[in-house]
Amino acid sequence: MSGISQEDVAHLAHLARIDIPTDELGHYAKQLDAILNAVAEVSSLDTADVVAMSHPVPMTNVFREDTPGVSLTAEQALSGAPAVEDGRFRVPRILDEE
Amino acid sequence: MSDLIKKDASELAGMVASREVSAVEVAQAHLDRIAAVDGAVNAFLHVDTEGALASASAVDAKVKAGEQLSVLAGVPLGLKDILATNGLPTTCGSRVLDGWIPPYDATVVTKLREAGIVILGKTNMDEFAMGSSTEHSAFGPTHNPWDLERIPGGSGGGSSACVSAFEAPLAIGTDTGGSIRQPAAVTGSVGVKPTYGGVSRYGIVALASSLDQAGPCARNVLDTALLHSVIAGHDPMDSTSINSPVPDVIAAAKRADIKGMKVGVIKELGGEGYQAGVRTRFDESVALIESLGAEVVEVSCPSFPAALAAYYLILPSEASSNLAKFDGIRFGNRVGDDGSKSVEQVMSETRAAGFGPEVTRRIILGTYALSAGYYDAYYGQAQKVRTLIKQDFDASFAKVDVLISPTAPTTAFKIGEKLDDPLAMYLNDVATIPVNMAGLPGMSLPIGLAPEDNLPVGLQIIAPAMADDRLYNVGAAIERELLTKWGGPILGLAPELAGA
Amino acid sequence: MTEATMNYDEAISKFDPVLGLEVHVELGTNTKMFCGCSTVFGAAPNTQVCPVCLGLPGALPTLNKIGVESAIRIGLALNCEIAEWCRFARKNYFYPDMPKNFQTSQYDEPIAFEGYLDVEIDTDEGRKTFRVPIERAHMEEDTGKNSHVGGATGRIHGADYSLVDYNRAGIPLIEIVTKPITGTGKYAPEVAKAYVAALRDILRGLGVSDVKMEQGSLRCDVNLSLRETPESKLGTRSETKNVNSLRSVERAVRYEVTRHAARLAAGEQIVQETRHWHEDTGISTSGRPKSDAEDYRYFPEPDLLPIAPSREWVEELRAALPENPAVRRARLVADWGLSEIDMNTVINSGALDLIVEAVDAGVDPAAARKWWTGELARIANDRAIELEELPVLPSHLKRLEELIAAGSLNDKLARQALEGVIAGEGDVDAIVAARGLAVVSDDGPLLAAIDEALAADPAVVETIKSGKLAAAGSVVGAVMKATRGQADAARVRELLFEKLGVSE
Repeated sequence: MSGISQEDVAHLAHLARIDIPTDELGHYAKQLDAILNAVAEVSSLDTADVVAMSHPVPMTNVFREDTPGVSLTAEQALSGAPAVEDGRFRVPRILDEE
Repeated sequence: MSDLIKKDASELAGMVASREVSAVEVAQAHLDRIAAVDGAVNAFLHVDTEGALASASAVDAKVKAGEQLSVLAGVPLGLKDILATNGLPTTCGSRVLDGWIPPYDATVVTKLREAGIVILGKTNMDEFAMGSSTEHSAFGPTHNPWDLERIPGGSGGGSSACVSAFEAPLAIGTDTGGSIRQPAAVTGSVGVKPTYGGVSRYGIVALASSLDQAGPCARNVLDTALLHSVIAGHDPMDSTSINSPVPDVIAAAKRADIKGMKVGVIKELGGEGYQAGVRTRFDESVALIESLGAEVVEVSCPSFPAALAAYYLILPSEASSNLAKFDGIRFGNRVGDDGSKSVEQVMSETRAAGFGPEVTRRIILGTYALSAGYYDAYYGQAQKVRTLIKQDFDASFAKVDVLISPTAPTTAFKIGEKLDDPLAMYLNDVATIPVNMAGLPGMSLPIGLAPEDNLPVGLQIIAPAMADDRLYNVGAAIERELLTKWGGPILGLAPELAGA
Repeated sequence: MTEATMNYDEAISKFDPVLGLEVHVELGTNTKMFCGCSTVFGAAPNTQVCPVCLGLPGALPTLNKIGVESAIRIGLALNCEIAEWCRFARKNYFYPDMPKNFQTSQYDEPIAFEGYLDVEIDTDEGRKTFRVPIERAHMEEDTGKNSHVGGATGRIHGADYSLVDYNRAGIPLIEIVTKPITGTGKYAPEVAKAYVAALRDILRGLGVSDVKMEQGSLRCDVNLSLRETPESKLGTRSETKNVNSLRSVERAVRYEVTRHAARLAAGEQIVQETRHWHEDTGISTSGRPKSDAEDYRYFPEPDLLPIAPSREWVEELRAALPENPAVRRARLVADWGLSEIDMNTVINSGALDLIVEAVDAGVDPAAARKWWTGELARIANDRAIELEELPVLPSHLKRLEELIAAGSLNDKLARQALEGVIAGEGDVDAIVAARGLAVVSDDGPLLAAIDEALAADPAVVETIKSGKLAAAGSVVGAVMKATRGQADAARVRELLFEKLGVSE
């Protein structure tokens, strides 16, 4: 179930937007491989008829009324931003629209 | 050294309320203690002297005005640096958040402030709560007050260390796989992970949303219960918050009577892999529980051996998504923005520079486990194991009132010992993880020192969901006997810290 | 960048088109899907944000009940089944307009699924109904808005940097996805347009959205593929994004048919990709290839609990659904005795609901239609506001019609009274009294005014007497002017002829 290569790590790092230096990919690959071998233990149990559990509390239908609450001011909203211009968050150029 | 710092939280609250001492004096005594010993312990990332003294003097003003005070008004507290604090830095032990000041308070923080609890500062932690030793903090490790060369547990090592080093009588931790209980165990303090949904998660920076839970840390069971009662309760800002009355944990801590109760020892959590001294103290506790009139039986939870594996799939998966927001756009640091690079490149450089190796490892692992083609085999399968774990607990609680095990397989290990061996590090949480997987409440209670290294050992007590009060009843009953046996709190046996 | 195309008729003679439509509708809730921030359009940047919709560390979502209710109502109106249990999922991808770098959406458990919508189009054989199969309608959240600075055109390419406003982030969206629509043949563009139009009418009728395509509250992505014959397996599709007017939907389908056909005929592959639609030139250009590691790593959203709408709730919502717009239209055409063309005029003017309200209040349908598509439409147009924004109530029109029927107001006076209503001068009777609006019913003042008018133009007397009755118009006009419109013109004419001894 495992067997993770440097190329895999590079691809995953791209998906996760972490710029891992090329010379560290091998180290991560080795560690991840070891971890994946260990977590393969999850397949040791028979789960054929078992329902997956996504939430530990057995509640449903938790709703909020559609009444406005308190928003931040623009100043508060922008207060932690690394770059701001014209009441907006300034970001480096975007390559292509999603 | 002021003797105020050795007092219990309940005692301090009483003294403040009766004007025997002012809240400002109490706060100052603890700030002095921090100034004296925290250079060696490194429990605090940020000490808020001004804020602490201001909230203490607000309590004093209320006392003077004869206003009704909450049970812990005027008592100082260390706050894990994973809870958002309006106007106070919140780093999660990470470079990526260095300098970030949230514009809002976590619900738990609001409750603490409303209760007149004096927040001394923010405590150290493994980066984004990923770790069992606090060595993964970007701001240096915290040291165990019992032996400064050893780890104080993790991820909430700062919270457990500040309590056991008498820097604060109370602390807030968060527990995703044992981050309150394991640090409590290795520092000789008490820590409780409440039922999932018992304490609001709003404003607590998420590690694994379906596992995280904040809880109280203190030096005895009653103080822990008092703090639990302050922070628990329904919060409409957290959809997973349980909307039913908080179990009466204070009454339970005062009851301390386990006669006629049934206590289950989990067969799978003990034995091989557990340090001899841990097993010795655990076996003594079993005998003690029986001597108090409870019946002890062995129960089997056959899926537990797979819990660690399932946890290390669920946690990284959820974390990989929760930590995506740290991209240097809306808050925090940005790296590499020289005007020529694309936003994608800048995000990637920001995250690479901001995250330490353990966080990177887990994000990559989670990204892998959620990927198309692997989801069913990893994340999906782990969630099924989660169901089996819950079923094991359900079956056990059909037979017994509470379950017990050692909290951690070993006492505190040396700083650096397991740092480059993630798998060995992960094994610290083998006994605490199943509790998070099922969303149950669990306590770690000090039960003595391991004979071979004279370091604290913790007993884990587990109760069914929303039966948190049982933890306190059982914990207080055992604690009372042990205090008699030891002739005082176990932390009295810890070495005095230099500088104090 | 212009690509080769094939003549449409030729393309259709060679290939069978298969359509797919994805429509995103922004709900008109008061607050966002997962937090209490306002959704009002046009606020100053980053003023309708909070820790939740800004994705600040520690914040958690809470689910808007009306958002869920609207999704269920939309599902029901589209003949869908409503899930007994479903969850939100996280769709993970990085983009600066997405605060959390994941979108809270639904994945394999949509709240509504397996529905259909019947649409009518004109064909060579007359009007024909097509059934558009609906795969799902699911809930999700909108993104923030990027604006691009620098570069030549303010577009994304060539920009130096971008600015992000998160006011829109977290506004509830319902995504409605069709199954592959087959069997349209050459009518694919018309079916696509008719579907989006019908969907828009339904959404408007439900009152869940203002469905303004130009403001982006209704957005359409057009998927198209071609195959050799209806029996062949589905071809590779392209996805044209943000086709944001009904006309463009039709054009985009037509364009993609001609583009695909040219490629296929030349033996080239269709690239599975997203394409950008250009309203100005009527063509699409290549965007991002779909194959670019599009791995969204969906998993159930742990911060939101499952939704399990009770069957009682669903049935309650079903019972309260408004009439399907197409059915309603047919009924009103019959009830009001209108032609299809008249009805189109009414619908296009946006006055249908206002007219229905007036008719329900007892106003004659013809009169209600005359007021709302005539005088009131003119006033709204002059003021550049929507008809709904005029402060005219059904009760106002009803009273005006009563006064006209009683002969105490004429059309001109009624219009003056209406001006008073719009100016906020009170109810109709109060305005009539305050402005002194009443048809002059006493003949005395009229006769005096006639005498004055004749004295001012003595020659007209002989002209009328000589039989040129049309000349009476100038006298009547003068009298109306003198009485400030309060005379009954027919009576003035009567009195004039009587006086001159002329009979009509």
